Amino acid sequence: MQAGTTLSQRYLIQEVIGVGGMGSVYRARDLHFPNVVKLVAVKEMINLAPDPLVRQTIVQNFEREANLLATLNHPSIPRIYDYFSQDDRSYLVLEFIHGKDLESIISDNDGFLPEAQVLTWGIELCDVLAYLHAHKPDPIIFRDMKPSNVMINHNGDVILVDFGIARTFQSGVKGTMIGTEGYSPPEQYRGEATPLADIYALGATIHHALTRRDPRLEPPFSFAERPIRKINPAVSAELEAVVGTSLQYNIQDRFPTAGDMKDALLAAGRKTGALSQMPTVSLPGSAIKPLWTFTCEDEIRGAPAIHQGTLFIGSYDNNLYAINSADGKFLWKYPTDRGVVSRPAVYEGNVYFGSEDNRLHVVGARSGKVVWTYFTEGPVRSSPRIAEGHLFFGSDDHYIHAVNMNTGRAAWKFETTSPVRSSPFVANELVYAGNESGDFYAVDFRGVMKWRFQAKRAITSSPVVAGQAVYFGSMDGAFYALDARNGWTVWRFRLGKGSIVSPAVTENIVITGAADGFIYALDTQSARELWRFRTEHQVSGSPVIYRDSVYCGSADGVIYCLEYRTGRLRWKFATQGAITCAPLVYDDIVYVGSTDHNIYALLA
Amino acid sequence: MLEFFKKIFGNKSQPRESITTAPLSEAQLQSIISNTAPRYDIQQLLAACGQSVGKQRDLNEDSLLAITATLAGNGGNTPFGLYIVADGMGGHQYGEVASNAAIRIVAGTVMRKFQPYLFNLKPEPPNESLQEIMQGAANEAQKVIQREAPGSGTTLTAALILGQQVTIAHVGDSRAYMLYSDGRVETITRDHSLVKRLEELGHISPSEAENYPHRNVLYRALGQGELLEPDIFTIPFPTGGTLMLCSDGLWGVISEHELARAVRDAPTLQRACLNLVAAANLAGGPDNISVTLIQLVG
Repeated sequence: MQAGTTLSQRYLIQEVIGVGGMGSVYRARDLHFPNVVKLVAVKEMINLAPDPLVRQTIVQNFEREANLLATLNHPSIPRIYDYFSQDDRSYLVLEFIHGKDLESIISDNDGFLPEAQVLTWGIELCDVLAYLHAHKPDPIIFRDMKPSNVMINHNGDVILVDFGIARTFQSGVKGTMIGTEGYSPPEQYRGEATPLADIYALGATIHHALTRRDPRLEPPFSFAERPIRKINPAVSAELEAVVGTSLQYNIQDRFPTAGDMKDALLAAGRKTGALSQMPTVSLPGSAIKPLWTFTCEDEIRGAPAIHQGTLFIGSYDNNLYAINSADGKFLWKYPTDRGVVSRPAVYEGNVYFGSEDNRLHVVGARSGKVVWTYFTEGPVRSSPRIAEGHLFFGSDDHYIHAVNMNTGRAAWKFETTSPVRSSPFVANELVYAGNESGDFYAVDFRGVMKWRFQAKRAITSSPVVAGQAVYFGSMDGAFYALDARNGWTVWRFRLGKGSIVSPAVTENIVITGAADGFIYALDTQSARELWRFRTEHQVSGSPVIYRDSVYCGSADGVIYCLEYRTGRLRWKFATQGAITCAPLVYDDIVYVGSTDHNIYALLA
Repeated sequence: MLEFFKKIFGNKSQPRESITTAPLSEAQLQSIISNTAPRYDIQQLLAACGQSVGKQRDLNEDSLLAITATLAGNGGNTPFGLYIVADGMGGHQYGEVASNAAIRIVAGTVMRKFQPYLFNLKPEPPNESLQEIMQGAANEAQKVIQREAPGSGTTLTAALILGQQVTIAHVGDSRAYMLYSDGRVETITRDHSLVKRLEELGHISPSEAENYPHRNVLYRALGQGELLEPDIFTIPFPTGGTLMLCSDGLWGVISEHELARAVRDAPTLQRACLNLVAAANLAGGPDNISVTLIQLVG
């Protein structure tokens, strides 16, 4: 198919990304998501068999693959979105994997891959094999484990692709030889395939990755004649022994299950210390590239908002920008008289945001034309929150403002003792916000104070209410969890330095950062530190949790993607200036502004 | 009638066996449950206690305390409660002295912090966090026990309730349970006992643990060791649930299933406590029995 073809009035073909035995694999854009670029992989199977019985078998094979894949749910197995047949062709629509297959990684690399890296992938492959082998009612044998069927995605995690021949294994049934010579074990040549065949092929794959010797070019079952450490002396004896066991000729001499092989790999990694090196992704040629960048005329210090395919973000060049979130194209800008740091809020076709020109601006989301403005007596650096038909935001005029969205008039103003730069949080019919002299307030919907709390220094951090507690940091170096109903301190955690970071909460974990340069993860029940991650400068950006990652920028100019349960670095991307805002993650894309004047769109 | 409705409404949708949904985690469930709590009712605590020396001991080395109150203030009435179970270590000298001291010192320290709020109108919440107050009280008790009854030790499981927050301080092998309204029973504390540790490390199975010879050996206790590291955490009081603190004289002989049933079937909390104590005695009563049950209503 040519690039530009639209399949099933939905999938716009972009390019060929692979050629298989039965047809090609394409990268395509799913047009059902017109405002964002949602990429999918489309696997095409051309059915040219003249014999109708054979044709039928081919279609059945294809549908079996589709149905098998659809029942699987594992991070290392691509998700299936759709399948359909058209004329003499059948199509499978799959998750598009941003990454590179292991075979290319091996051949594109001049030297040997680091042991710790190969070990980590080996462990992940054991995990997915264990998942397949545990499939009910019958185990699934992958049967074609080899480097070219292992994708390494942009997070450095493995994804198993090409399930064309993975077949539910029925004990005692002899199948035909499917698999790849060199990687397949002896019994598979006799038509037998058990979970132990996958273990052998995984051993062969690891052997290939560690030695760079392609087993397809060698006599079958000759791994014993090519000891790993003879070819690559940097590999530990422990790992060599594990690979040796998995490559045993007799099936009873191999690891009995993928789980046992994983345990052996983990033990080897612990013994040699390879696992503690925490291999991070540094794949050759896979540096993170933005999908697009957009440049303003001055620093970006505030967070963006997205609505119906349009990204809204303020800049210190005084403008609010509307940008097409799919391609970064400029749509319109709206000028205020001073810098814009407030995060816009979008509601029913209008964009609401504050400016240092003392006003809250309301602008049409499509037109970019002013609808109304609301004056305060000081710069508005706080971001508006929308609840119950009102806007709640703070101003440097010391007030928390509640503005009726229909009339544009103040419903009430609540006076505090100093500028309010923290963005209010609305929950439990209360409005929560801190101010620059360290007071923290809970105000009800009539503008009457419910309770007040005093920290020792400024609370610029925007609070988050989760469960029964309200969480925020302070410049006094403490991170607080207060009872959201009565303001009693449930616990506080001592940070290395003060914090202006607005926390993110998920399950029982709260994530924040501080001027000591660390991103912290704390247990919300016990206040115990779960992990901390060092950045190169003050953490001034706020974290955002998306799926199982946390995204956070630092004054070192880098946006970090960490596994939120462990703090393991997945990837990082360096901008040319400090990051002081929270990123926005939407539909697998991270949008982040930097004081280098740019906003970047990155793959999550 | 049911059959009739099934006939009319049943089998409309295809069975979808292959679709499974991930079960919600405990935390998610709790936050959903707690967030749907009614807002305007006046909440209050109900509590009851039960104690027995058991059938095989002459001396009661358990100590128990329950204080139920309401903090009246500007922000409305806030339920306040302090509940403590301490089990003096048998075989040690003065086990009852240690458990007694633990109760008195912990309760005394905590109540002194709250006295201004119970009896005066004080607008500002205290400077210390609830967890710091509990930590401080446990440390204070540790010091006193080491001074007044050196060599002795006790467990401590204390629950401070303020509003809907339950802050637990825990050392040893007394336990706190949450009995949820849907019948689930969750042990919210972790035993600091050798047998539990071995079980956690996978050296022995749960069934082996039940018959383990040194079941009573603790690796952490109040009064023992240089540094005290109590487990301290805060959880929301689950709507419609019951909090239970008890010594091993109860949980050692009564299964979780029986615990839940005893509480569910009793007409009042006080009756539930008496039934639990009676059941433990019926099961042999090998040790002192202490139990307190707490509900947050409204």
